[in-house]
Amino acid sequence: MSDAITVSGLRKTFGRTTALDGLDLRVREGEVHGFLGPNGSGKSTTLRILLGLLRPDDGEASVLGRDPWRESTDLHRSLAYVPGDVVLWPTLSGGETIDLLGRLRGGIDETRRRDLVERFELDETKKGKAYSKGNRQKVALVAALASRAPVLVLDEPTAGLDPLMEQVFQEELHTIRTEGRTVLLSSHILSEVERACERVSIVRLGRVVDSGTLAELRHLTRTTVHAQLRDVPPLAEVESWPGVHDVVLDGDELRFTVDPEHLGTAVRSLADRGVTALTSQPPTLEELFLARYRDDVGTQVEEQPA
Amino acid sequence: MSTVTSRLAGFRELHRLAWRRDRIIVPASVLGLVLLSVGSAQATLALYPDDASAAQGLAEIVSNPAVLAMYGPISAASADALAVFKTVMMGAVLISILGLVVVRRHTRTEEEEGRLELVGAGAVGRWAPLAAATTVALVAVVLAAGLSAAGLAGLGMDPAGSVAFGVAWLTAGFAQVGVTALAVQLASTTRGAGGLAFGFLGAAYLLRALADPSESDAVHALGWLSPLGWAGRVEPYGEDRTWLLLLGLGVLVAGVGTALYVLDRRDLGAGVLPTRVGRARARALLSSPLALVTRLATGTMIGWVVGLVLGGVVVGSLLGSVGSLVENPQMQQMLERLGGSAGSIEDIFLATETKFVAAAVTAAGVALVLRLGAAERAGIGEAVLATPTSRVRWYLAHVTVGVVATTFFMTVIGVTVGLVGPRASEAAPGTGATLTAFLSTLPAVWLVVGAAALLVGWRPRFAPFAWALLLVGFLLGELGPTMQLPQWLVDLSPYAHLSQLPGGDFAALAAAVMTALAAALVAAGAMAYQQRDAA
Repeated sequence: MSDAITVSGLRKTFGRTTALDGLDLRVREGEVHGFLGPNGSGKSTTLRILLGLLRPDDGEASVLGRDPWRESTDLHRSLAYVPGDVVLWPTLSGGETIDLLGRLRGGIDETRRRDLVERFELDETKKGKAYSKGNRQKVALVAALASRAPVLVLDEPTAGLDPLMEQVFQEELHTIRTEGRTVLLSSHILSEVERACERVSIVRLGRVVDSGTLAELRHLTRTTVHAQLRDVPPLAEVESWPGVHDVVLDGDELRFTVDPEHLGTAVRSLADRGVTALTSQPPTLEELFLARYRDDVGTQVEEQPA
Repeated sequence: MSTVTSRLAGFRELHRLAWRRDRIIVPASVLGLVLLSVGSAQATLALYPDDASAAQGLAEIVSNPAVLAMYGPISAASADALAVFKTVMMGAVLISILGLVVVRRHTRTEEEEGRLELVGAGAVGRWAPLAAATTVALVAVVLAAGLSAAGLAGLGMDPAGSVAFGVAWLTAGFAQVGVTALAVQLASTTRGAGGLAFGFLGAAYLLRALADPSESDAVHALGWLSPLGWAGRVEPYGEDRTWLLLLGLGVLVAGVGTALYVLDRRDLGAGVLPTRVGRARARALLSSPLALVTRLATGTMIGWVVGLVLGGVVVGSLLGSVGSLVENPQMQQMLERLGGSAGSIEDIFLATETKFVAAAVTAAGVALVLRLGAAERAGIGEAVLATPTSRVRWYLAHVTVGVVATTFFMTVIGVTVGLVGPRASEAAPGTGATLTAFLSTLPAVWLVVGAAALLVGWRPRFAPFAWALLLVGFLLGELGPTMQLPQWLVDLSPYAHLSQLPGGDFAALAAAVMTALAAALVAAGAMAYQQRDAA
């Protein structure tokens, strides 16, 4: 599969703040890609560069093989965008806004539009000024999802949605995925990304610190194992098993974490000890994320004296 | 129901916050109003120092219904009365706007933007925000009226009349504060509340403009329905009807009382009037950046057209009485400095007016073009630029609306004056000549609009300098000659290079150069806009 979006060594500074510090990103065609990071990590700046709204100081960006800065108008024919902070025209109704954005984009799928308005329970006749944050977001989402654009760039699109509407959004994402369209979904809501995205990039301080499928990312992180044993081994012995860390022994209960490649050996050792109950938990995205986050804070602290 | 004290909880803090936020705007407005009343009285007194000369000056005004419609009744044929003839009504309108703006910005605006929710979650009673806003507005109104009255008395004018002058302003200001306090409860948006309150003020002005010059008793009595009518009918330095203040106070108490009643019953963020709903689907026409920018500007443009037609009627009817100004050599000299010395006195008068109108219309054009920067700041330009709309197209949509609207505005007032003028005076220039005169100012208008376009395209944070450019250009070009500034300085202003029309020749070269320069500025702005970060 080819890449819909490629970014390499992207740099952007605003005055003294460095928003992007050599960011790399690859989004394959037809995938829903999660773009994860805390506030201020450079997510929105990246998206705006990909839209051609900002010009990078350095580095390369390409969307569907086009340079977003030089060929932005042409590129936008194939792209729909939901900004992080949706602002609407105060005097235009939601329906008018959806139609206008659709027309500017060169057409809208009418059936899809009707369907989306119904599913998101959007009142189209309200004026922009009268919408709540969540409803403004729905207007932008309907406009983007009903477009026929092959690439969707969504900047924290569910920040104002209630759980029911978030569910609707997830289902829509699924439809889009089956249609083979590409989605770059920036978010800091980890459960959302975990449910919807095939691949994830974690951004921190203007740099992507990790990128890959959830399975790949998990591969780098230890699994938590929780076992009940008839024949409890001494603590030192468990600690000597290959790849096993953080061992806690509590009566007949044993807890430890183990590197993915040694999980099999560890389970076999447990079987030898008459295991009566066993749970093994792969790391959640939250753990993955927090692990990268902590690492970064660590490096940052170390870098500071320099 | 909670007690009054608990409903006013937090009043002191909110009141202090309101003053903190208004520490520039309120004192500056008060000062401006005092300067308006006292300064213009001083200037008029210098021109007409005694009652005899004033009576002569007034005779010209009294005969013109258009002037009475604009400024209201004349209290007496005295120097004092003439000194405040225009500022009673002008100030009454301005002080009403001050009260309106202050009340609205601390109530409905805060509520709509969600800041009131933040504040309201603290120990703040329901009444406190309105009470704080009303207090600031009333203090501002009382200061402006009181200091003006003191200033006028300080000029040596009749003390009782000066008090009555202050009362006229207070009456209008109090009434408008009351009306606005209610309007911000009724409408659920800042815009809607502004529409109600400004609509009331506009209707009050038109009602008394209709009533004041009328010969019919019934029509004249209609003026009693308008707070601005009351302000005029105080007739300071004449009848001194200070009791009219009670009417203003009555509206204040009724308005605030009803507002508090509504406040106790409505939800935060809600109004009483239903919010207007829009269309579920856009009209077929709304399908391009230009259509969007036009649609967003329609309301403003309708307002301008209404204002220009009314203004055109006034200017046109004034042409009926300018003939008598010839007998006043000072006035003629003044007009010649402002409007040039080509043609008859009617021509000169009209040439002067075209330049004032040109400056006003330029302001409209600048505001329209600067909407590009406002859209960017609000973050809404991003939505358009993320579609296949090129930067140049989005930029040109704003410039086009600015240029087309200013051209249309000049046509509207040109036609209005051209139709009304010949009916008011046989000596007035014909419709064609009048229209041509107004249209001939357009190159200067476009030049300033073009400069605004360049600024907003290049660095939107410098865009407000377009206003400074307009102001300086206007002062240099139109008042520079009367202030006898050096010619090279005056020549820097686009307005100094306009044709002396009607009566004189069309300055084709200057017009062509300014138009070409305007186009160059627009093009430079477009290029700069493509090169910079947007949104």
